[in-house]
Amino acid sequence: MLTTRVIPCLDIKNGRVVKGIRFANLRDAGDPVEQAVRYEREGADELVMLDVSATIEGASTALDVVSAVREQLSIPLSVGGGVRDTQHALNLLKAGADKVGINSAAVRNPNLITELASEVGSQCVVLSIDAASRIGSDGWEVVTHAGTFRTGIDAVEWAQSAEVIGAGEILLTSFDQDGTRSGYDTALLREIRKITSLPTIASGGADGAQHMVDAIRAGADAVLAASIFHDQRTTPNELKLKLAQSGIEVRKP
Amino acid sequence: MKEVQIIDTGIANIASVKAAFDRLGCNTAITNNADVIRQSEYVVLPGVGSFGAGMRALNRFGLGQVIVDRITSNAPLLGICLGMQLLCSSSEETRGVNGLGIIDAEITRFPNSVRTPQHGWNRVSDGYAYFSNTYRLSTIPDGWDGELSFHGESFVAMLRRGTTLACQFHPELSGDWGKNILSEWLQCREGVSTC
Repeated sequence: MLTTRVIPCLDIKNGRVVKGIRFANLRDAGDPVEQAVRYEREGADELVMLDVSATIEGASTALDVVSAVREQLSIPLSVGGGVRDTQHALNLLKAGADKVGINSAAVRNPNLITELASEVGSQCVVLSIDAASRIGSDGWEVVTHAGTFRTGIDAVEWAQSAEVIGAGEILLTSFDQDGTRSGYDTALLREIRKITSLPTIASGGADGAQHMVDAIRAGADAVLAASIFHDQRTTPNELKLKLAQSGIEVRKP
Repeated sequence: MKEVQIIDTGIANIASVKAAFDRLGCNTAITNNADVIRQSEYVVLPGVGSFGAGMRALNRFGLGQVIVDRITSNAPLLGICLGMQLLCSSSEETRGVNGLGIIDAEITRFPNSVRTPQHGWNRVSDGYAYFSNTYRLSTIPDGWDGELSFHGESFVAMLRRGTTLACQFHPELSGDWGKNILSEWLQCREGVSTC
């Protein structure tokens, strides 16, 4: 039976791992290759790398980081952050990514997902959605540009269209919860699970196994976390042991 | 040093496949040249994307017959993911397109009751393998050894016959367990019946 994945996330800026709160206040958190290798050894099921440089130079450095990580890593590598167009996505795949996540560019032009999927297959295309609670009303809206731009687009409806436009997976980040260590947005996950059968990765707010159990019970197929791993407060294997004790199927060491 | 040629069917995740064989100390190269593929010691047919696109790529470079000939003469060949499916006769994914027909079977879609694509680690024999697929082979065909896995219902994770190995999963992304699968296959010799 298919197991639930635990996925460490590396935010990369100018070739280094960084970590912030609500996408801001970035601090240095180490060398990407070293960390990738350590996470694989500690039981990571997959790795997500997000380029948060948001500059052309940063994007080209990110390609080098992807190649260097790929040389060492024998688990899946999903790369996103500032992917602008099909060529940019293809470059990342060529450098060694197994999947590419598209965020803001897909909001501007959903056809980008369709184009990329027809070229490389849906399995390689992840729709990254950053969602924030609407201000003054119910529901969630899609935010872009590191949360600085509120699009007004309904996050649940956007997720519903993911499969139709050709995505093979959804990476769902709660902007409200990111970096807060207060748990994933389970209400949002439950809404998303109702409307799509695509594999969905929960992201934003994890501080331990119980948060992950809650997200999985709310419908997540995989759980992503960053700071709990960077700060070496736990390992994927340790967390998966706890998930298994809660009756969740995981890949055992 | 073992020479491994990886068939370039377009984009696939060739970098991951190449990196995995490089880590095993192989002399690894990427090619779509029929002569190179005919003569090489070890050949890998990787692939992501659709069945139709995969066959189109093989036909464009005139590689279909070369792969069939290799398997017929028991020269080591590894098919990964779509590369395994292309060895079959047809697929629900792209109707009307003939596969290589080495395995007389049709590839079908997972039932609607399960998550697709199947993204993640699933149990295969004594370990876990990483899968990324929506279509699959349902039963082990006559004349092949294999391993089944389970996603809604059982499906073929891996097939072996002589020096041909076909994996629905990605051994290059399946950690140390996958590494062992690759190094066992590299013990195969042309003409030797099992490995």
